[in-house]
Amino acid sequence: MVGKASEIISSLQTLTLKIPKQTMTFLQESGGLARFSGRVFTEGLRPPFELSEFLRQCYLIGNKSLPLVGTTAFIMGMVLTIQLRPALLSYGVESELPYIVADAIIREIGPVITGLIFAGKIGSGIGAELGSMNVTEQIDAMEVSGTNPFRYLVVTRVLAATLMLPLLVLLSDAIAITGSFIGINIKGVMSFSLFTDEIFQFLDFTDVFPPLIKTFFFGFSVGIVGCYKGYTSSRGTEGVGRSANASVVIASMLIFLIDLIAVQITDLLGFN
Amino acid sequence: MKIDKDIPTDDAPVIRIRDLSIAFGSHVVLDGFEMTLAKGEDLVVLGKSGSGKSVLIKCIIGLLTPDRGSIQVLNDEVTEMDHPALDQMRARVGFLFQSNALYDSMTVRENLEFPLRRHWIQLSQGEVDDMVMEALTNVGLAETVDLMPSELSGGMRKRIALARTLILKPEIILYDEPTTGLDPITSRGISDLMVEIADKYKTSSVIISHDMRCVERTSERIIMLIDGKCHLTGSYAELSRSKDPVVMPFFQ
Repeated sequence: MVGKASEIISSLQTLTLKIPKQTMTFLQESGGLARFSGRVFTEGLRPPFELSEFLRQCYLIGNKSLPLVGTTAFIMGMVLTIQLRPALLSYGVESELPYIVADAIIREIGPVITGLIFAGKIGSGIGAELGSMNVTEQIDAMEVSGTNPFRYLVVTRVLAATLMLPLLVLLSDAIAITGSFIGINIKGVMSFSLFTDEIFQFLDFTDVFPPLIKTFFFGFSVGIVGCYKGYTSSRGTEGVGRSANASVVIASMLIFLIDLIAVQITDLLGFN
Repeated sequence: MKIDKDIPTDDAPVIRIRDLSIAFGSHVVLDGFEMTLAKGEDLVVLGKSGSGKSVLIKCIIGLLTPDRGSIQVLNDEVTEMDHPALDQMRARVGFLFQSNALYDSMTVRENLEFPLRRHWIQLSQGEVDDMVMEALTNVGLAETVDLMPSELSGGMRKRIALARTLILKPEIILYDEPTTGLDPITSRGISDLMVEIADKYKTSSVIISHDMRCVERTSERIIMLIDGKCHLTGSYAELSRSKDPVVMPFFQ
């Protein structure tokens, strides 16, 4: 029995040696991230809850992203409108411009662009902050001070990122649509009431709700990746830089992956 | 001169370590290490960089779990403690980190309030304010209360970290290289402060250091940590006269 077990272990070891290093790293990181995510749920559901730190993180995460998200959304809405206008004009459906732009923003561009900005701004910030706290022993100091650092630092940030991104996306959608209204009025004239009528005539629940659901997953991905890379960072200040960088790259990739899966699901459910 | 390999015994040691072993992968850091710390004693653990000194005090405070052995702190076995028990123990044992570990995003006041609020949640704001000011006054930096750690010099940061360690009035203080990275004058000031604190609060201390001026100033007894074991123990005067080839380079 023992001989058979050691034979299996030996063949597993041989197999492991044959797996390319990058694949092994990918598998290890994926496993680490999955375990880390599981810990967020188990720790997050147990009291005591760090309510004041969670509210502080909500304020910081939401407030810090607001100027960048707002500016980008405004420009995005305006540019999209200006660029789409000639094409719609050539088909004689210029009047559909408000709805087409709004639909594109609400369904896809708003959530994805805001998610990517959020990953760049908040994901890297969380990765760098926790990474720096890790290498300067602040996380250990927190533990010595009678605090569960995972609950205080990780659970609060992941939850705040998960809840703040949908709110930011709603805000960015509204700002982008305002940008679109201004874009329309640069080369033509349309009243605000006509503009909103054109949008809400066609826009319904299935245009707004499914994209909003996926933004919770975007927010969770940004929060969990930033925290994971920061909390587990090593190798001093170089490690902090790597954590910040990897947080953005991995979270951005996850946003696209979740987006792809979300589109397939909404298609299957007949929401597209 | 009396230099022995035996661990001094005391009626009521506040820390008692037996057969402590810990390895990271194939690298054995501590290998059957033994020590005791008597009540009120200031003990320096001396050894080369990477010899496991910091690992030792992280095991004592429960930040690292040893592979084998027993660590008794204030008569309780650390290796068997759950989180609430560890928290209770940590309220009685202060830890001064090598890097100070002040929270960058908090003011000095918030840094000092943090352990108080966490360990003694029933305190009123007035009591917290009084304790913060008392701790800061003890380290001579009452005027820095509303500054951020980034606005302080290296020596001031070390003093603030010491104030944060002191604020819970611990019975034992673990110092992880308290003078590393400081100029000789500041280093001397920190060493004097450590002695002052030990006298004033009657604390017991384990000091990890290889700054020999600090060791001479603060130690009542020294343990030489070599190859993961307690190689020799004795006072500074005793060890400085040692002809042991491993010990001699530290005192030359």
